[in-house]
Amino acid sequence: MTAPGPRHPRSAAHEIERYAALFADRTKVMKSSAMRDLMALTAREDVISFSGGLPDTSTFAPGFFTELMSRVASESCAKALQYGPTEGLESVRERITDVMGAEGMDVDPESVLPTSGGQQAIDLVCKILLNPGDVVIAEAPTYPGAVPTFCSYEADVIQITMDRDGMQIDELEATLARLEGEGRRPKFIYTIPNFHNPGGVTMSLERRRRLIRIAAERELLIFEDNPYGLLRYEGEPLPTLYSLDNDFVIYAGTFSKILSPGVRIGWLVAPPAVRAKLVLGKGSADLCSSSLSQYFIAEYFESVDWQEYVRSLSELYRRRRDVMLDALAEHLPREATWTHPEGGLFVWATLPDYIDTTDLLARAIEERVAFVPGRAAYVDDRGGSSMRLNFSGVTEDEIREGIRRLGEVVREQVALYSTLSGQVGAPTSAAPRGTSKASCEQADASAAAPHAATPGQREVTNVLPLTRKRAG
Amino acid sequence: MSRVAVLKGGRSLERHVSLKSGARVEEALRRLGHEVVGIDVDVDLVSRLSQAAPEAAFVALHGRDGEDGTVQELLEAMGIAYTGSRVSACIRASDKVLAKHAMRDAGIPTPDFFAFSETAFKGLGVAQAVPAITARLSFPLVVKPASQGSALGIKFASSQSSVPGALLAAFSYDRKVLLERYVDGRELAVSILEQNGEPAALPIVEAVPEQEDFYDFESRYEIGRTRFVCPADLDPELAAHAATIALHAFKLLGCSGFARVDLMLDGSDGELYVLEVNPIPGLTETSLLPQAADAADIGFDRLIELILAAALPAL
Repeated sequence: MTAPGPRHPRSAAHEIERYAALFADRTKVMKSSAMRDLMALTAREDVISFSGGLPDTSTFAPGFFTELMSRVASESCAKALQYGPTEGLESVRERITDVMGAEGMDVDPESVLPTSGGQQAIDLVCKILLNPGDVVIAEAPTYPGAVPTFCSYEADVIQITMDRDGMQIDELEATLARLEGEGRRPKFIYTIPNFHNPGGVTMSLERRRRLIRIAAERELLIFEDNPYGLLRYEGEPLPTLYSLDNDFVIYAGTFSKILSPGVRIGWLVAPPAVRAKLVLGKGSADLCSSSLSQYFIAEYFESVDWQEYVRSLSELYRRRRDVMLDALAEHLPREATWTHPEGGLFVWATLPDYIDTTDLLARAIEERVAFVPGRAAYVDDRGGSSMRLNFSGVTEDEIREGIRRLGEVVREQVALYSTLSGQVGAPTSAAPRGTSKASCEQADASAAAPHAATPGQREVTNVLPLTRKRAG
Repeated sequence: MSRVAVLKGGRSLERHVSLKSGARVEEALRRLGHEVVGIDVDVDLVSRLSQAAPEAAFVALHGRDGEDGTVQELLEAMGIAYTGSRVSACIRASDKVLAKHAMRDAGIPTPDFFAFSETAFKGLGVAQAVPAITARLSFPLVVKPASQGSALGIKFASSQSSVPGALLAAFSYDRKVLLERYVDGRELAVSILEQNGEPAALPIVEAVPEQEDFYDFESRYEIGRTRFVCPADLDPELAAHAATIALHAFKLLGCSGFARVDLMLDGSDGELYVLEVNPIPGLTETSLLPQAADAADIGFDRLIELILAAALPAL
């Protein structure tokens, strides 16, 4: 290969034409990041950002990290610096089965495929299953990071509404029946049953069973993404879809939230025929995941009680979640609703539908607070008045102050809207929720009885279906 | 050759674009043999400028503080020569309401509009007049923040009930917003470049959306989603007319160095309307001014050289 010559400054127009002609068709359907310019500002130091999906890696002791890495260096130097098998290190696959075992799944290490983060897991599944135009079913909202992946494989993504019990299976069945009538079959149903990102809800056991039954009856693949399952702060763990029936489930996990996203190691478990294709897909994508990271992970699991670390993280995040829920109750106006996550990293808040959270973000950044606008979690135009709030990557003080700032901006918008729509007199809606009994009950209802389904409770906590009623 | 500070980034909502513009300008200036100091504008701007002691500042900022006369005022105060329009022209051009009033008064066609501040709604109950306003402008209408340079905050309102929401969105970006008649037609950008002290229009760029969704502002200037045609396929007389109008607007607002004038060619009556004048248009790979310059055989480096020369005639 010859070294490139001195760069000749090319004309802008020629460059544009040249590249435009080269781009694949799928780049045209890649969803442009609606709020990219805005998101560029959320990284500013003075902004309290609830927009990341970040675990708090500052809890990992630097001394311990040094110790682990020096052991990797002294014991596995050449191998850690070398390529590894596409299928991943055996020791890491075994540790993955330990982690899955902790959630009640009995897995053969041979069926596990380590990936470069959970994101590659999503990419690989799309890569081996999707032709342009194929139907993918996902939740509404869905993981914002999966949206560009689905779009780049030109999937036709159909999103099924969630409520506090997760994906609404009735709507799923109706959708499947409609698709069948059109002679179409979804390639897979993508779901995050535990502590949904961004929805913050958990799929009930009854719905898990129904979903599995539907998959078996219709011979459909379910793609279960479970990055947060071990980060439960209350209530009893529910069986994963994979543990209910692994014939029709592709399972994705990750070390990102229980150890480090920096190691970029996640994994897939799939039926053998599917896994074989996944291995081929991975080989063509990156040959293998980082050997260095895999040796680090093997060493980490060897040296420490990993579940103890997960427990300490859970305790930390549970406190942060509680601080956020309290702050939301104190500072958001009563028209706002939000989910009460039993675990995971996110709260999903929904404002009155006349507030567009993408525009709101511009105001919020002025007040030095940021979030992810809800639109990022949809392929259609829904989600405009919702937002994702992360509580794991910010301190308790930052949460209190950040939500106070957010509340101020939202209340100002509510008041302004009533002015703009010609409502005369002081808007009652601008008052904060305060500690009014009714709103506390609303916020607490799902905590007390997360899976109770009495009609009354369902009504007040049924916050995910975005009602499009216009106030005023 | 000179020592040039390139001001980029900053805190405006167009930070992202500005960083790209700035990086490209820096490369070009280096190729031209200048000593370049890139400054991502922040609270330490004064000390960084003092330390850099540049002979000129190339302002590659877009949006608030960078394009509205603020940074220009500071550069005046510090006695540093700078590219582009002077303070007063930046103030006039970046405020769409000021600019449109000036244009209307001077007989430059611009879509009909009404503009109000937040305080007018709060203190004068302007909301009661909205039905009268929409009757004058008819639906759909466009609601815009007065000062925002990018597409952020621009909303269409297709009915009475969607006006308050559109206003609310626009007020997220500015304390003053305008309601403007929607012009359905072709989007034309006339770039103006000063050479030897004389501003002249460059070939016109037409932005042709690849997708039919005219509500999707985001896709407008992304490679592969919008097709740019330069020179635009226009009747020569019409093109000359557009150039004349754009130059008129440039001079009226007192711009200097360079600018980009955005116009609409109304599909129904064939008339041209000026939407806005951007005192510091984008200079990225996909920006329109560099494309227009290229069509006039002015490569990017030469473009940057000319913009700098207009700031420092002695160079």
